[in-house]
Amino acid sequence: MDLSTTSWLYMYMPIAGMNIFWPGLVLLGFAVGVVGGFFGMAGAWMVTPGLNILGFPMAFAIGTDIAHIAGKSMISTMRHSKFGNVDYKLGIVMLVGTMIGIECGAQIIMYLERIGKVGSVVRWAYVLLLAFIAWTVFYDYYKAHSKKKSGVVDSERGSEGITWYKTLQKINIPPVMHFKHAGLVCSIWLPIFVSFLTGVLAGFLGIGGGMLRMPALIYLVGCPTHIAVGTDLFEVMISGLYGAFTYSLKGRIELVAVFVMLTGAAIGAQIGTVATKYSQGYGIRVVFGIAVLCVMISIILKQFAFSAASAVVILGTITIICLYIMRVMIQGAAKELREKKASDRAGA
Amino acid sequence: MKRYAKTTAATLVAILLLAPGLVWAAGGGGGGQDLVVVADTRIIGFGFLKYLANLYNTNVTVFATWAVVLTAIYGSALGFLMDFIMKRTGIDLTSRKIVEH
Repeated sequence: MDLSTTSWLYMYMPIAGMNIFWPGLVLLGFAVGVVGGFFGMAGAWMVTPGLNILGFPMAFAIGTDIAHIAGKSMISTMRHSKFGNVDYKLGIVMLVGTMIGIECGAQIIMYLERIGKVGSVVRWAYVLLLAFIAWTVFYDYYKAHSKKKSGVVDSERGSEGITWYKTLQKINIPPVMHFKHAGLVCSIWLPIFVSFLTGVLAGFLGIGGGMLRMPALIYLVGCPTHIAVGTDLFEVMISGLYGAFTYSLKGRIELVAVFVMLTGAAIGAQIGTVATKYSQGYGIRVVFGIAVLCVMISIILKQFAFSAASAVVILGTITIICLYIMRVMIQGAAKELREKKASDRAGA
Repeated sequence: MKRYAKTTAATLVAILLLAPGLVWAAGGGGGGQDLVVVADTRIIGFGFLKYLANLYNTNVTVFATWAVVLTAIYGSALGFLMDFIMKRTGIDLTSRKIVEH
């Protein structure tokens, strides 16, 4: 193909000093917007390999990714907030634990660095943690499904699988707080402790933490799935803005790419967020479990130096999950509009 | 026949997973951290991009502040714009049922 006829498809990135295929950036932003809005996570695991394949050196890919995540989470949080999916009180309480936890996790990393064991320890710890999360999600689904089949109903939420949060909510260390949107009454120390724990793990693993916080909000704090997704995105937004600042200071950010990606993410985030309206909580949990499993496989591949194969697994996963979420959204919206039309006709 | 199908499938998976290594961008191994990055302002003509690139080279703290402020402003602007567009689709965007099953 003659390059001169396709040059308009490339955009100059002033800081990275390279021409990048901008439709690829829009598409990547779109896909991450869809997946992130649906699961309530930042999705650094998806963007970084994608940016690298488009031509960004790894150092730039990480910084650019974090800034894009901040903007994307802002768009998704706004939409989730309209649905009543964001419990700001819970989000702010959890921010305290998250920030202290991330710092503690970073200190553990520095200690491991000093004794020269940081690389493999972190990667294998991540794999084990992801395996545990995937097991929790699938076991919970299996247990809840079996209970539902035999007609057992645990609460107003229906049949539940794992109910660790019920035991944890019984610990009533004052002050006890009411989180209205999440429908929780518990000791303030429960969300602080859980966010501290996920913060330590996030700091230790060097990740945003959405992948840990979302299931922790469900299984340990007792949030309904939709509230967990929205509240987690609020947390991601705050930590993303902080991350954008620190990476900009390190000079590892390409602002033009961030804006191009955000344009795609704005559309994707609407699809992902609105799709949660048409999804059952357990549906979101199972797809999330599959995503976690694929991330785990990609990290194992990376551990054995198959970096490109690892990227293929990640990008393949987001493509399939993205298409699935789009289908959920389109089918749900079409059904809603059909019903609305029918009721309007019946009323007239 | 089954064995042939299995071998073909295994080969396809191997190609899918290993071939992309050939197009992996520079710095894939993580060596990018050692780069000393200076924005090449000679290529950029004028305007806000030139200002940002110059700022990146001369005062990275102000650049970082701009990066956060612009990301927040652009994110919010896109959020409001998409809200305006989505409202016109006729979908109810203010309520949802929390159904776990």
